[in-house]
Amino acid sequence: MSAAELYGLVLAGGRSTRMKRDKASLEYAGKPQLARAMALIGPLVARAFVSVRPDQLHDPYRTAYDTITDLQPDLGPLAGIQAALRAHPGQAWLVLACDLPFLSPQTLQHLIARRATARLATAYRSQFDGLPEPLCAIYEPASRGPLEAWIEQGQRCPRAWLSSSDVELLDLPEPRALDNVNTAEEYVAANSAVSTASVQRRRVNVRYFALLREQAGRGSESVQTEARTPQELYQQLRRERGLQLAPRFLRVAVNDEFGDWHQPLADGDTVVFLPPVAGG
Amino acid sequence: MNRFSLHELALEPQRLHEALRHPACGGYVAFEGAVRDHNEGRTVRRLEYEAFARLALREGERILQEACARFGVERACCAHRIGTLQIGELAVWVGVGAAHRGEAFDACRYIIDHIKQRVPIWKKEYYEDGDSGWVNCEGCAAAHQHD
Repeated sequence: MSAAELYGLVLAGGRSTRMKRDKASLEYAGKPQLARAMALIGPLVARAFVSVRPDQLHDPYRTAYDTITDLQPDLGPLAGIQAALRAHPGQAWLVLACDLPFLSPQTLQHLIARRATARLATAYRSQFDGLPEPLCAIYEPASRGPLEAWIEQGQRCPRAWLSSSDVELLDLPEPRALDNVNTAEEYVAANSAVSTASVQRRRVNVRYFALLREQAGRGSESVQTEARTPQELYQQLRRERGLQLAPRFLRVAVNDEFGDWHQPLADGDTVVFLPPVAGG
Repeated sequence: MNRFSLHELALEPQRLHEALRHPACGGYVAFEGAVRDHNEGRTVRRLEYEAFARLALREGERILQEACARFGVERACCAHRIGTLQIGELAVWVGVGAAHRGEAFDACRYIIDHIKQRVPIWKKEYYEDGDSGWVNCEGCAAAHQHD
């Protein structure tokens, strides 16, 4: 049997009593965390949805995306997972809480790579108590029946369900990846850490060809940069390297494929600014 | 068989053509582009081609596949030189094999036109007077001064 296609569900339904504000709109490095979570999960799944309560259906942060509405009140995160499994019974679900500011693509990719499709779910072990982390986990289509039965019994803790079910448990490749943020103090500390990391850690490789290679006086270099896009990177390099070609004459390539001037740059990306070509 | 390739040594049209042969093909069209001794009124002594190889190979392959799908031709191939070339040397070779001549001509034209516009290969001309320049780029640099 082939593996069920993976859909993504970002949980942003919780009432944040301790934060005293809506978690979805909380910003890290200038971006609302719901948008961060959707950007993280989007490239890894066939479709991505935001889990909402019925009273959130008119909230602009959430309705910017496809949504799945809870069917039962007062179930907590289980309501979102239940609604998703019912809405698309043939799909497996990568379920993700929106308030995981330290979560990286690598941690999600690792979870997907190690997914055990013959079991009911694949999850990480908490680095604090060794119990399964329910809100960064993959739920297979077969989990629907047992989960519904669990809810039927009056249970509502997804962690307890995972602990008592046939679930693949993995160790976290990055220990802090699932640390969450519940208080205003934790938020200030996390935002500072995330912002600093996203500014300082980006190191990109730049390769130069033809006229730009001559103007830069080199074929390639590794650049430490705060630039978030190729456009910002080119502005920086025009200043630092005295590049003479205006961007309107150039195309951009990222990681050996044509790219976009406004796409986000990631640490380790290789960027090429392409002067007008003249083959043939 | 579609193939776009880059070569540091002289192209051999005979061998490229042999590799193109196919029993379903009744028509073959090849285009050969050679280094010319003049450009825009200046005498050219030699050329230098430079490529962003990884992307050039991908984009070249895409163009060949597009041509096959669009014109229904059986075979398409393009070989492009890089490095220093003297006057008269072959810079690019495009070959198409098809059931009939019409689509072979059309596909060949499509391929060379798109290779020139899209594949990240650059050409530097060295002139008789000792000057040199990157084709299609020097105008941009001049235009930029007035931006």
